[in-house]
Amino acid sequence: MTFLEIVFYVFSAVLIASSLLVVTVRNPVRAALFLVLAFFSAACLWLTLEAEFLAITLVLVYVGAVMVLFLFVIMMLDIDIAQMRAGFANYLPLGLIVALVMVGELTLVMLSGEFGDAELPRPVGQPADYSNTEALGRLVYTDYVFAFELAAVILLVAIIAAISLTLRRRPETRYQAPEEQVKVRKEDRIRIVRMPSRPGEDP
Amino acid sequence: MIPLSHYLIVGALLFAVSVVGIFLNRKNLVIILMAIELLLLAANMNFVAFSHYLQDLSGQVFVFFVLTVAAAEAAIGLAILIVLFRTRRSINVQDLDRLRG
Amino acid sequence: MSRELLYLLIPLSCLAAALLAGFLGSRIGRVNAHRSAIGGVGLAFILSCVVGWDVFSGNHFNGPVYTWAVSGGTHFEIGFLIDPLSAVMMVVVTFVSLMVHIYTIGYMADDPGYTRFFGYTALFTFAMLMLVMSNNFLQLFFGWEGVGLVSYLLIGFWYERESAIRANLKAFLVNRVGDFGFILGIGAVLALFGSLDYQSVFDAAPTLAGTTVSGPFGSEWHWMTVICLLLFAGAMGKSAQVPLHVWLPDSMEGPTPISALIHAATMVTAGIFLVARMSPLFSLSTTALTVVLVIGALTALLMAFVALVQTDIKRVVAYSTLSQLGYMTVALGASAYSVAIFHLATHAFFKALLFLAAGSVIIAMHHEQDMRRMGGLRKLMPVTYVTCVIGSLALAGIPPFAGFFSKDAIIEAVHHSSTPGAGFAYVAVLIGVVLTAFYSFRLVFMAFHGEERMDAKTRSHLHESPWVVTVPLIALALPSVLAGLMLVNPAMDGSLFGNSVVAGSKPEGLDMTAVGMLAHAPFAWPFWLAIIGIVAAWVCYCLRPELPVRAAERWSGLYRLLMRKYGFDEFYQWVFADGARGLGRVLWEWGDRRLIDGWMVNGAAGVVARTAGLVRRIQSGLVYHYAFAMIIGLVGLMSWFLFR
Repeated sequence: MTFLEIVFYVFSAVLIASSLLVVTVRNPVRAALFLVLAFFSAACLWLTLEAEFLAITLVLVYVGAVMVLFLFVIMMLDIDIAQMRAGFANYLPLGLIVALVMVGELTLVMLSGEFGDAELPRPVGQPADYSNTEALGRLVYTDYVFAFELAAVILLVAIIAAISLTLRRRPETRYQAPEEQVKVRKEDRIRIVRMPSRPGEDP
Repeated sequence: MIPLSHYLIVGALLFAVSVVGIFLNRKNLVIILMAIELLLLAANMNFVAFSHYLQDLSGQVFVFFVLTVAAAEAAIGLAILIVLFRTRRSINVQDLDRLRG
Repeated sequence: MSRELLYLLIPLSCLAAALLAGFLGSRIGRVNAHRSAIGGVGLAFILSCVVGWDVFSGNHFNGPVYTWAVSGGTHFEIGFLIDPLSAVMMVVVTFVSLMVHIYTIGYMADDPGYTRFFGYTALFTFAMLMLVMSNNFLQLFFGWEGVGLVSYLLIGFWYERESAIRANLKAFLVNRVGDFGFILGIGAVLALFGSLDYQSVFDAAPTLAGTTVSGPFGSEWHWMTVICLLLFAGAMGKSAQVPLHVWLPDSMEGPTPISALIHAATMVTAGIFLVARMSPLFSLSTTALTVVLVIGALTALLMAFVALVQTDIKRVVAYSTLSQLGYMTVALGASAYSVAIFHLATHAFFKALLFLAAGSVIIAMHHEQDMRRMGGLRKLMPVTYVTCVIGSLALAGIPPFAGFFSKDAIIEAVHHSSTPGAGFAYVAVLIGVVLTAFYSFRLVFMAFHGEERMDAKTRSHLHESPWVVTVPLIALALPSVLAGLMLVNPAMDGSLFGNSVVAGSKPEGLDMTAVGMLAHAPFAWPFWLAIIGIVAAWVCYCLRPELPVRAAERWSGLYRLLMRKYGFDEFYQWVFADGARGLGRVLWEWGDRRLIDGWMVNGAAGVVARTAGLVRRIQSGLVYHYAFAMIIGLVGLMSWFLFR
């Protein structure tokens, strides 16, 4: 058993286990943390497939940003965990059946002899000076440039959508009105009142 | 050496686990969103594996886009979740029966 | 003036008068309305006489004047066939119509529908002239329906009366039955001959006489029999033969001039005219002639019996009309077409006379029509009385009045006829003679003789009718006396109608001239039978008025049967009206309410609703259910790809 195989099986086991825990643990915070673990393991598996850029992106973007967002949201919300778990076992049989059928069928296809070592042998590794990032970059900025721009637009739209969805004006919040402050004049602030300095004297 | 099918089986298992997760956690929208992320990850796993074994980087480009879309989806999904929680004080999926009309 | 123009002018003058009086009546006023109507009809009468003189000088005419449409080689035309038959009909129609128009001035004097009435009568004259002058079946049908329409309008002339509305509806519906057969007959003519023109049909008829058509149940029918029976169905409707006679007595709801014009003298004779016109076809089918003969004999006999017990003066005359129409039909069935038309002509005069006389009595009695409240009018209404007696004598067939010649000719024709059923018909018409004499003089004796049974108020107002009423009476009385004497010789020797009708077999060894018939009368049955009838009427209604009452009590079953007119009305009411209503109810309840409403309309909606009720459970509105559906669908799709 080579080192690569050890790496593959260990991280595969960690990935499956942590994903199982994601969907079964009681506490959403823990689920999010297991999800981090799952993504991390997946990134390691991707490294064995020589997809270094994507592995790093997965760690940076998901583990670093998206999962933090999840955690942030979970902690922000006031969730009743006990109530969340009610009826958990009721749906287990149906879920298991669907999952087993799915896995069974997929495995049947995978092991049908189309994807074995004989048919699709593992390619020899790239030389040490090969840059996966550079190769991917060439592809993205040439052949897939329009799709890439489109992805950027999608992200922009997602940002705008997320902000506009969650933005709310609270009527009780007080705001400054800088334009009013700038154009204020003396008369707006003070009023001169004439009055006698002592009783009976003409002002 | 590790054959392609092993990677694919890992992806299939991941996919099945996340489907089970969607089935099980029908009260918690956050976990469902997480399961969806896992689903996408399973798909990505296949893309990357095929990309490597077929020596074609286009698969990785696809993963790149999928990650983009998944990030956007997560952001919007969580935003919706927050709005939902704000209006109904709950993220219980079973409460989301407004579609019934 | 060309002949076509002359012929066209006859009906069109009536049509113009009808339009003027009918549509502009309220604008031109009552006097101008009746002037225009009488002017139009009078012009038509004068021109008819000119045409008649022309025809009997030997100038026949047959040809189209206007082609309306040509379809598939068939010409639809307005055309005129002017021969002795149509000339006689034209003169009779326009003369009676003119008399009725004049009479109407007096009869309808204070009716609000005065101008409308003249519009109708002139329109009727137009339609009747189109009918008799036609040279093709289409125009015949036009005139046929035209007179039917005007008859409908006139029976319901007093449309505020419910009974009038019911009567005109009845007349219309019963006539529809006949007209249905009639138009089928025209269709059969078109199918067999490929032409609607009389002359080409008659020319082709003998060569096609043997052709047959397969009927239902594998039977074979002669085309001629089918055509003749269908056409005769139309004639039965218009000429009120049993069993389609029920509308005619009820049509007495219309004003009396109309009863005289339409329901005695002209329109009801359209059927007789039709059969006479179609005589080349009828003479080819013995079966059809037998049917005609038997139907006519039944009508003549049965209706004469009913006339015995009627108390309404107009209804007596109406039933006598039915009976006389039966006589004409019998003559047709015996192949004595010219005799039938001869009787038609004489009958038109004396029956119009009788109706107008009855109308005169009705005016004098302030629209009282029950003879049991009359009596003794002889002294008060001498002109009416005399003319009425003349009419009754003519009707009863006393020589030398008009009815004698025509009726005697019919009886002799039936006697010598070889048509199957002639023996029965002969007995029927002989019995009919007694009955005819009895009921016509019953009318005379009850209305004009005996004690005065009206109340004092009516009695004080009784007087003779004005000249517009009496002049037509006198004008009609003259031909009632003389028409038979004048027409019998040409009618019998065939010179009157020439070849316009098929000459039937002549009675052998009989002197059928005026002189001969008069000389023969005292030695023949019919004369003495008529005398017996008159004497019996005198005994029953002048000498011993209690006799009829006792007879009615003695044979109460028969009396009730006659009073109910053999139950035809009840039968039709029960079978057709109630039957149709019952059928409609069944169709409504089962067809409409259960099948269409229940199963198809509400059933479809119910299926949709129930299916929707089942399906809406799937539509839970819960997002995760939809997600599950997608996942399970995905698994299913995967399995299908994998294991198919």
